[in-house]
Amino acid sequence: MKRLLMSLLAVLRGRSMDRELDEELASHLELAAAENRRNGMSSEDARRAATASLGGVAPAREAHRDARGLPLLETLWQDVRYSFRTLRRDAGLALFAILITGLGVGASATVFSVVNTILLRSLPLSGADRLAWIANLSGEGLSGSTVQVGQLQELQAHNESFSDVAAYFAFYGAGDMQLTGIGAPERLTGVPVTGNFLPVLGVDLHLGRNFTKEEAQFNGPPAVILSHLFWARRMNSDPNVIGRALTLNNRSFTIAGVLPASFDFGALFAPGQNIDLIRPFPLAPQTHRQGNTLSIVGRLKPGVSTERAQAELTVFGQRMRREHSDWNNFTPGVSPFREHLSGGIKPAMFLLSGAVGLVMLIVCANLSNLLLARATARRQEMSIRVALGAGRGRLIRQMLVESLLLSSVGSLLGLGLAFGGTRLLAGLETNVPLLAGVQLDWIAVWFSLAVAVATGIGFGLLPALRVTRLEASNRGASAGREHTRIRGGLVVGEVALACMLLVGSGLLIRSFLRVLDVDLGFQPQHAMSLRIDPARRFENAQQRDAYFREVLKRVGSAAGIEVVGLTDVLPLGTNRSWGAGAKGKVYTRENYPDAFVRIVSDGYFRSMGISMRQGRDFAATDNFSSPRVIIINETLARTLWPGEDPIGKVMQVDGDRQVAGVVRDVRHLALEKEAGGEMYLPIWQTGDYSKVDLVVRGTGAQRDLEGIVREQLRAIDPTLPATAFRSLQGLVDRSVSPRRLIVLLLGGFAGFALILASLGIYGVISYSVTQRQKELGIRMALGATGSVLRGQILGQTLRLTAIGLVLGLLASWGLLRLLQGMLFGVTASDPMTFGGALLLLTAVAALAGYVPAIRASRLNPVEALRMD
Amino acid sequence: MSKMDLLQGTLDVMVLQTLSTMGTLHGYGIARRIEQVSGNEVLLNQGTIYAALVRLQQRGWIAAKWGTSENNRKAKFYTITKTGSKQLAADAAYWKRLTDVMGRVFAPAGEESK
Repeated sequence: MKRLLMSLLAVLRGRSMDRELDEELASHLELAAAENRRNGMSSEDARRAATASLGGVAPAREAHRDARGLPLLETLWQDVRYSFRTLRRDAGLALFAILITGLGVGASATVFSVVNTILLRSLPLSGADRLAWIANLSGEGLSGSTVQVGQLQELQAHNESFSDVAAYFAFYGAGDMQLTGIGAPERLTGVPVTGNFLPVLGVDLHLGRNFTKEEAQFNGPPAVILSHLFWARRMNSDPNVIGRALTLNNRSFTIAGVLPASFDFGALFAPGQNIDLIRPFPLAPQTHRQGNTLSIVGRLKPGVSTERAQAELTVFGQRMRREHSDWNNFTPGVSPFREHLSGGIKPAMFLLSGAVGLVMLIVCANLSNLLLARATARRQEMSIRVALGAGRGRLIRQMLVESLLLSSVGSLLGLGLAFGGTRLLAGLETNVPLLAGVQLDWIAVWFSLAVAVATGIGFGLLPALRVTRLEASNRGASAGREHTRIRGGLVVGEVALACMLLVGSGLLIRSFLRVLDVDLGFQPQHAMSLRIDPARRFENAQQRDAYFREVLKRVGSAAGIEVVGLTDVLPLGTNRSWGAGAKGKVYTRENYPDAFVRIVSDGYFRSMGISMRQGRDFAATDNFSSPRVIIINETLARTLWPGEDPIGKVMQVDGDRQVAGVVRDVRHLALEKEAGGEMYLPIWQTGDYSKVDLVVRGTGAQRDLEGIVREQLRAIDPTLPATAFRSLQGLVDRSVSPRRLIVLLLGGFAGFALILASLGIYGVISYSVTQRQKELGIRMALGATGSVLRGQILGQTLRLTAIGLVLGLLASWGLLRLLQGMLFGVTASDPMTFGGALLLLTAVAALAGYVPAIRASRLNPVEALRMD
Repeated sequence: MSKMDLLQGTLDVMVLQTLSTMGTLHGYGIARRIEQVSGNEVLLNQGTIYAALVRLQQRGWIAAKWGTSENNRKAKFYTITKTGSKQLAADAAYWKRLTDVMGRVFAPAGEESK
């Protein structure tokens, strides 16, 4: 044992032992050289001879290392082989242990990978810690949180905190750029960015160059930089694409560069979206007039904190308001870029980490329990080994090697599971930033290894200590009872932990159901949408409108289609807002009402399933030659004319518009968020939209609808890539995907915990029945009926469960308040959830105890008494 | 005649025996002593001494302490411990028996036929 410790110590203090040896060898050489000199050698020869007779310093060091470390490994290897043999005899237990550590490690490695990617791992940008997100806190929605071109230019010119400030155009549309000329036509998504966007972010191009100054000017030479993925997919990773032309929206763009594989614009700024290319966004008076369009990222100067930058920009915002009273409000909010990306998901990540920790604790408790039971069965083996002279340390080591072996094999399995798990998560279509980049990396492998060792020791130490002490004292009965008590304690712990997981996941599941139950304001079933604005530019508004009318007419009259409509924005996607004042009312600059604006056609409300509250729907006759009208939602009607009838009132939007109707509120930002003011403009009365989606409601299955629409559109415009159908239900699903993800993971953990806890209960009760067979036999012989015994054993089960439940509920009560921010529609002390967890655990525990109880009640007293 | 290679395990016994007769010695001293006692017949790679020393130390058969050598350098001095002496006694008995047996095994053929 002492030797083992010293070897272990030697391994741990390898470096200092090397140093000591070096010193020793140095003095050896000096002594040898001195002796050689005394024998008449020259000092040069003396030194050489001394080294020669030592056989060299390096070999001596190697031999020393081998001598001090190897024996440990050797005996360890013995233990491992011995463990293999004993575990093979107990294959069932080994398999079970491996399986549950595997599941546990798999879960923790997966969660760790996600946390690592989203919160810990550095972003694929150089100097990412100095990047700051500069939001506009003036309003809601994209229009409220973006800024105007002029403000960005002012900021670039006059600020002390940032070395540079860049932006991208936040109102790019998915599929805005239509690619033709090479292979099949395809809708691409291109994001316009300022010329300094890549340098500010710290992205080095894979190929080519950044945009030039000329390209970044208004009406400059058109250029694009391709995403790595698009370059690989459509350009076959051809390194010679730089300088070539690409036809987008019937214009020729020069390929300036290719982004590195590590930089995925979508993963950072638009989770779940594939961004195929970026192009320059000119900072010019023409783009300034478009209003709030830019999302800003800044690079802080070295040594400048976010707080200092915030203080400076607050003043900047006030100055903007004074000096440019005709511009939109800019209330800057500076936050570290990382915080902006993952701040929202952080609590969920903490929750999942905590949950996975609890699961691992339950796994450990369960395995401890199993090994304790097994240890009792191995009493004889241990006694023999003690009799043969094995010390306690050696036995403890042996048992620990066994549990470590189990946990390591288990974590191999777990790594496999985590590999699958991370792949699955990365492939999910969600709007969680960075999630697409989740993978099992080396850090996660090391992490799993650490988890394996920790669990191996965690579940092995207690049984090892218990068993070996049992041998030392070797008083069977009392030790057995103590055993039972420890195992009871472990079960109580398991029940408590499982209870916490159940309550936590229960709360989130209930929140999730509440979210799904939210009244969206539209009906996503049986409806889908397709981007239909063609790439070619129309000569005039008449031609454009004729095209859209043709689409509506053809698709709308096809068999199986109920109703069709057009819109420029779909719910739960992008959004923009405009000022929306009632004519004749006076507002201050701060209080001027705004509302989300949508450009829609007649038929849109019916195709979306948005019901009219008052007034009339749009008609095909609401066009440029008829009176200008508008339809608003209930919230906006209440805001503008509280208590009055809004129909016929006039609003100032893009000029005066008379309110023709009122529709229901639509949850447009998120399912959890109220609608806010909304207004709808007839598409035939404006040209102020950048894309058009066709919404189709029909009776058939989605695939049939797609077929019909595709067929009708082909007749109108054969170059239209009619592939990107989106079901409205898909939009809803995507917006709840982070919540769904967390609910799924946490629910899985809770289920796993429940199974483990019930197995634990079963194991302990079953063991105690076996141990008490004699006692039970006597009591039966004395007249106790089966049902009495059954009741007692069930009582024992429920007592353990009850203690665990009380502890678990108390802990949940305390801890789950932290969940508050993630709940929707339920409180953290939701009695339904607490009651449900209580009932479920009690029922499962009763079931787990019932099986051994039945066994006890069917004991044959005569046989039971003859046992042993 | 060329020098002898050492059998596995014999160096440890030699070190113990050396320390037992000489008291406290440093590594170089032990190496020189073994070379002298063997009449320079043993091919001693002096570096292997230190592996043997750490092995014996880990087993608790010898103890080590830093001190100053005769030429005023820092050096590690080794002493045999009580358990080391016991081990040496056991080893000595074993070697005695082994050499007897080996002697009989290699005895001239004529003696056997007697």
